Amino acid sequence: MNVIEARRLSKRYRRGVWALREATLAIPEGRVVALVGPNGAGKSTLLTMVVGLAVPTSGELAVLGGLVPGSVEALGRVAFVAQDPSLYPNLSVADTLRLAGNLSSRWDEADARARLAALDIPLRRKVGQLSGGQQAQVALAVALARRPGLLILDEPLASLDPLARHEFMATVMAAVAEEGLSVVFSSHVLAELERACDYLVVLARGAVQVAGDVDELLSEHSVLTGPAEQADAVTAGLCVVREQRTDRQSTVLVRDYDPVRVPAGWRAERTNLEELVLAYLRTPSVSALPGPASGNRTMAAPLRAVDA
Amino acid sequence: MIEYRLDPTSGVPTYLQIVRQVEHALRLGLLQPGDQLPKVKDVVAALAINPNTVLKAYRDLERKGIATGRPGQGTFVQETLNVVPLEGVRLLRRGLDRWLAQAAAAGLDDDAVRALVDAALYDAARRRGVTAS
Repeated sequence: MNVIEARRLSKRYRRGVWALREATLAIPEGRVVALVGPNGAGKSTLLTMVVGLAVPTSGELAVLGGLVPGSVEALGRVAFVAQDPSLYPNLSVADTLRLAGNLSSRWDEADARARLAALDIPLRRKVGQLSGGQQAQVALAVALARRPGLLILDEPLASLDPLARHEFMATVMAAVAEEGLSVVFSSHVLAELERACDYLVVLARGAVQVAGDVDELLSEHSVLTGPAEQADAVTAGLCVVREQRTDRQSTVLVRDYDPVRVPAGWRAERTNLEELVLAYLRTPSVSALPGPASGNRTMAAPLRAVDA
Repeated sequence: MIEYRLDPTSGVPTYLQIVRQVEHALRLGLLQPGDQLPKVKDVVAALAINPNTVLKAYRDLERKGIATGRPGQGTFVQETLNVVPLEGVRLLRRGLDRWLAQAAAAGLDDDAVRALVDAALYDAARRRGVTAS
């Protein structure tokens, strides 16, 4: 089952701006997905359509194995936490839970109370008097108490301090371990998602540029380092994502490289997620997407981007 | 019971850091056969990492015969690691000390020594046909 399936999904706002253009994507069940990309890449647009808060201009979008976003079935099983949690500051935490419970088809009040008790968040306190980290935890507890199959978090960490970020992530990861729900995080800071996510989607300019299992993506890519004067010969015929060259040394991120073939004087190393994402974002002409059902992966023509 | 800690700057994949910490604890006798490894849920809640990362580390330890999973209970240590006999370690250490003295005489500083050792380990791994990680 795919928790999100988009086919040629587009969204154009009234001003005529395309926020998303022909995005095609299939995210399998049970993953923790990092949705990354620069500001304006279309992350929030995609997520608001997934949760049913916006309607696609064209294309197809389904959640949780074929449900229509925004339909009653989908609303009952997709939970959403926005960057600024939409809580009522004058309600107490207990009243917030009561309100959310009344508005939800499925509701596990005991679960929410246990989570908040574990974090020492007092139920009688008004939400507006809680710290930013505590408010985020209340919003998360409300989302998890709805027992969702898919949890969408749009820039959830943006306004939190490091400790609150860690606690927020820990709560989400523990819920994944216990309940096996699927999670999509959006962020423009990859470092904070690197250890939590096992599936990566990079959006750039309204299109999907990279999508795939994190371990697979990392093992498919290598960083080759060696003398600049040999770089052209060494990289000929390789899938070059990005090359950086000084007058002496060349550093090349390549895809589908056989590390046994490293030429003398060169070194092949594994890459990390941040390096990989930055390389793709800086080279918009190259993409790494899952291929058709045959499992073959396709790649755009290996255009070179040489940094002098 | 041991606790894992992660070094975000090491460049070593998270699952491998967990595997190495278990192996290290075994070598030092902090873990013994029959001991339970930290539960996936607890590790995840403490380190805020993906549960699959912990599962991957534990699968790796099972594959190596170091740990074994008991359904519904958790993962337990099965064997101690083959510890190199103390006399062998002493001999190797003496040889290494001699080599370090030669390196210092040749003008290599600590960083240069480390780079050389890394390069030698890397080349040895490649000769065995293993991708360096």
